[in-house]
Amino acid sequence: MPETGDHGASIELESLTKRFPGSAQPAVDNVSMEIKAGEVVVFVGPSGCGKSTTLKMINRLIEPTGGRIGIGGEDVTDMDPVELRRRVGYAIQAAGLFPHMTVAQNIALVPKMIGWPKARIRERTEELLDLVGLDPGEFHGRYPRQLSGGQQQRVGVARALAADPPVLLMDEPFGAVDPITRDHLQDELIRLQHELHKTIVFVTHDFDEAIKIGDRIAVLRERSHIAQFDTPEAILTNPADDFVSGFVGAGAALKRLNLTRVRDVGITDYPTAMIDDPLQQIFNRLRAGGTNEVLLLDRRRRPYKWLRRGDLMRARGSLARAGTPVHDTVTRDATLRDALEAVLTDNTGRVAVTGRHGEYTGVVDMQTLMSSVHDLLEADRLDALEHQHELEELRAAQTHAEQEGDQGVTGAGGAVGAR
Amino acid sequence: MNFWQYLENRHQQLLTDAYQHASVVFQCMVVATLLGVLIGVVTYRSEWAGNLATTTTATILTVPALALIGLLIPVVGLGVPPTVIALTLYGLLPVVRNAIVGLRGVDPSLVDAADGIGMSRPVRLLRVELPLAWPPILTGIRVATQMLMGIAAIAAYASGPGLGNIIFRGLASLGSANALNQVLAGTLGIVVLALLFDAAYVLIGRLTISRGIRA
Ligand SMILES: Nc1ncnc2c1ncn2[C@@H]1O[C@H](COP(=O)(O)OP(=O)(O)OP(=O)(O)O)[C@@H](O)[C@H]1O
Ligand SMILES: [Mg+2]
Repeated sequence: MPETGDHGASIELESLTKRFPGSAQPAVDNVSMEIKAGEVVVFVGPSGCGKSTTLKMINRLIEPTGGRIGIGGEDVTDMDPVELRRRVGYAIQAAGLFPHMTVAQNIALVPKMIGWPKARIRERTEELLDLVGLDPGEFHGRYPRQLSGGQQQRVGVARALAADPPVLLMDEPFGAVDPITRDHLQDELIRLQHELHKTIVFVTHDFDEAIKIGDRIAVLRERSHIAQFDTPEAILTNPADDFVSGFVGAGAALKRLNLTRVRDVGITDYPTAMIDDPLQQIFNRLRAGGTNEVLLLDRRRRPYKWLRRGDLMRARGSLARAGTPVHDTVTRDATLRDALEAVLTDNTGRVAVTGRHGEYTGVVDMQTLMSSVHDLLEADRLDALEHQHELEELRAAQTHAEQEGDQGVTGAGGAVGAR
Repeated sequence: MNFWQYLENRHQQLLTDAYQHASVVFQCMVVATLLGVLIGVVTYRSEWAGNLATTTTATILTVPALALIGLLIPVVGLGVPPTVIALTLYGLLPVVRNAIVGLRGVDPSLVDAADGIGMSRPVRLLRVELPLAWPPILTGIRVATQMLMGIAAIAAYASGPGLGNIIFRGLASLGSANALNQVLAGTLGIVVLALLFDAAYVLIGRLTISRGIRA
């Protein structure tokens, strides 16, 4: 396992079993799973199905009764657990920040334990706060109780990332915050992951969250048995059985919108003006742009108002009251569903896309959304058909093989079918 | 001789007694704190061991001070030793009990987080559990100190140090000219010392309890 890694490390679980003393049934029964380096795998399943237990066996917070754990190809089943945990980030529900330490002290814990020099720790702390979207100057010296739930959660993630571990384990990290904050945190995690390429194992019992975050989703049933382990697209369009479809729930087509992000569809440029620009200049731009509207940006280049030609006429020299304020913006990592929502609520028929610090980067309009959604659903339908076709062929081959009395093919077919 | 004249005449003696009184209480509290926290740390994780520690220290407290000191004299002799042993034993209960309650009261998810980021057991204890349990432990120390202030007076019975001496002298000569003054001066001295100690604890609390968990 590498000391640090920007590209994650693979995780191999081999017949992992946990039987708690005094219970007849194992809580986790014979789970095998391969998680690729740099991949986000989400465990979903009903309460008590063993998600947390499985997760905690990866950093051996819970010692497995049987089976093996590999990280980055190295067997860590018998490694010193304290050593192991310093190389695996761990973030939990309600952040688990130590209330008697400041934000900076919380984040610095792991780097300190592994002996980083002071200057490097300080630098890293600032860098991480910035990474999770908190102003280092402002939040550095605060205590956890002086933070909102969402901010605490961000610090929790920063602490988990502190020593740049290749693997990050997250147990319902956003379970205790309100839906809006939760949405933001999810977006941020996705953005982070784009920069960091960690291997992330994420536990939730919210299927929508799983779809949004996961590269692959493991739907678990009782005793952590894997009902289906596949991409969100495949699970949505092709649930393995009734248990999985039950979990996917209604509205699979709408949920599909959660799987594609704004950055994957056409972000177009739009005429903009700065709030300090002279009125005449804005006029000229409107005329030149061939549109009826410009997007007015504030001094920090954040979308501020939509200005129509008519608004400008009425403005008479001052922009203070002219135009329609921008209600909602999305980031490049927002889902198409968020974008659709924003377009529907803003009456301009488009939504501004913003960068990390809320600055304008482009717009997405209704037209783009409609055509992308159409294409997506079409592609899924084709995939599903193909998949079905494959299954049928496989079944035909099996029947054929059985008729021929060829055992080997049946065995191989069974293995493929189980995936 | 009225009370003020008495104080003026004897202030040298009184100050020496008060100093010795404070000193013996302070030293016994240091030992009781170290011992009490240690007992708490060793026993809090186990249901029965923790209860045993609390019950034992509580039982010690039910033994009358005079009796305990009396029983110690044949074993360790007169003077300072029986005083110190008795005071330390009496000081244990509040510290042990609050240490156990405080350590058990640490949010399990924080313990999980501490383990999860790779703290070893001793590090977890020193960096997370003890700091979080410190406010109740300090309260225990405070309560114990107040208690020892009074109990230390009884040490004079075993020729121990402190303000108990003048109280006992006064009580032995009730009816004589200075008897009442002696008892009064000794008692007031103890009350003043107790208040000073309490003020010191408030200050210690300010300095040692993290702003993040201060009420
Ligand atoms: N320390 C323990 N001792 C005994 N049984 C336990 C222990 N921890 C968990 N279990 C049992 O193991 C099973 C799986 O628990 P686990 O916490 O992994 O569930 P989960 O899927 O994370 O549920 P949730 O979504 O509610 O967090 C449960 O039946 C639980 O009662
Ligand atoms: Mg759980």
